[in-house]
Amino acid sequence: MEWTDQAAAEAASKGNQQAFRALVERHSRSIFRLAFRMTGNETDAEDMVQETFLRAWKQMHRFDGRASFSTWVYRIAANCSLDLIRSRRVRGEQQPMPTDDDHPGALELPAGDPSPERLAHSEQVARLLGSALEELSEMERTAFLLRHYEGCDTDEIARALGVQSNAAKQTVFRAVQKLRRALEPAWGMTQ
Amino acid sequence: MNHVSEEEMTAAYYNELEPTLRAHLDDCPQCRAAFDQLKRLLDHLRDSPVPERDASYGGEVWTRLLPHLASERPRRTGLRWWTVAPALATVAIVAFIAGMLIQQRRQPVVISSKARERVLLVAMGDHLDRSQIVLAELVNATPETLDLNDERERARDLVSENRLIRQTALRSGDMADAAVLDELERTLLDIANGPANPSTSDLEALQQRIESEGLLLKVRIVSANVRQKGRQL
Repeated sequence: MEWTDQAAAEAASKGNQQAFRALVERHSRSIFRLAFRMTGNETDAEDMVQETFLRAWKQMHRFDGRASFSTWVYRIAANCSLDLIRSRRVRGEQQPMPTDDDHPGALELPAGDPSPERLAHSEQVARLLGSALEELSEMERTAFLLRHYEGCDTDEIARALGVQSNAAKQTVFRAVQKLRRALEPAWGMTQ
Repeated sequence: MNHVSEEEMTAAYYNELEPTLRAHLDDCPQCRAAFDQLKRLLDHLRDSPVPERDASYGGEVWTRLLPHLASERPRRTGLRWWTVAPALATVAIVAFIAGMLIQQRRQPVVISSKARERVLLVAMGDHLDRSQIVLAELVNATPETLDLNDERERARDLVSENRLIRQTALRSGDMADAAVLDELERTLLDIANGPANPSTSDLEALQQRIESEGLLLKVRIVSANVRQKGRQL
């Protein structure tokens, strides 16, 4: 049976595992991409995918269909990844935000297909992004991730956040502004 | 014409800038340079490669997930006897212990202090576990799923329980535990007396308070200590 997200989410909220399976199979890859972008580590990203769907399963009764399932689960994934980033910091594993002295020219992305070098660079970007995202409010973080990586338009973000379109637009702007303040100095991009 | 603001540049990056401003952005070298810098950063965040997962990945995730789902049934709203029973049992046990402590001044001790402590630790561990669940649910609540009816009900039950346990901890001289229980009680009261459908900002304020005070972590630590003490007795 081919489930739509909406039908699958509704059935899953009543305990239907096959419906939930359809959702897991459909959305795992995008959740992995998000988790990798936030954690910068493949193993952690894999763990976050699993943790995200476990949390989603436990909270399915809360899903009311106002936002799409993908947006809802994306938000859970962002929170899971952030929890991991915070716990790393508590354990003293998180790298401090580098300065431009530490990473001269860090913004120069090695060219070509995904190679070990490019992926290592991605991990560095993810670490910086993860730290910077932590400084955002949950609304700002979600709005930015949906806008920037999932290509959601302002109206979709507004529905996901339960706010007016103008507020959603402002939220994306505040997020970008804060990320610039955090990331540009680290990458030697000050004006 | 005024230069394009930072907010408008962000709109331009996401193709949401109105045409007249867009034309200015294209023609003005100063605005263009500022925009290019923003674009460079945002492009870079987007273009960083991510390891590929093939089409079978979703199935692999499902296989790993399945053994955990059976023990984690999706929760439904509304209280059921098996969720209320532990709370009632805990209240009864704690009330018994509290009564014993009061009686202790008038009568010879009926049960050994070790047995009393063990019972208290069991009750406290159970209470802290259920408090953790309420706090974790609140911390993970999202504005699109704002319905805290379930959490409010459980917080109300936990408040009265918490008060008894805190008073007992104070009488026993466990000041550190009593302090955490005091903090927990204030948060539980806020949840119990708060609206079932708080505004997004109210929810965020409560979540931030829980996170900034590290309350969930403190409760987890006390809970772990309590369990360890219980095992040692």
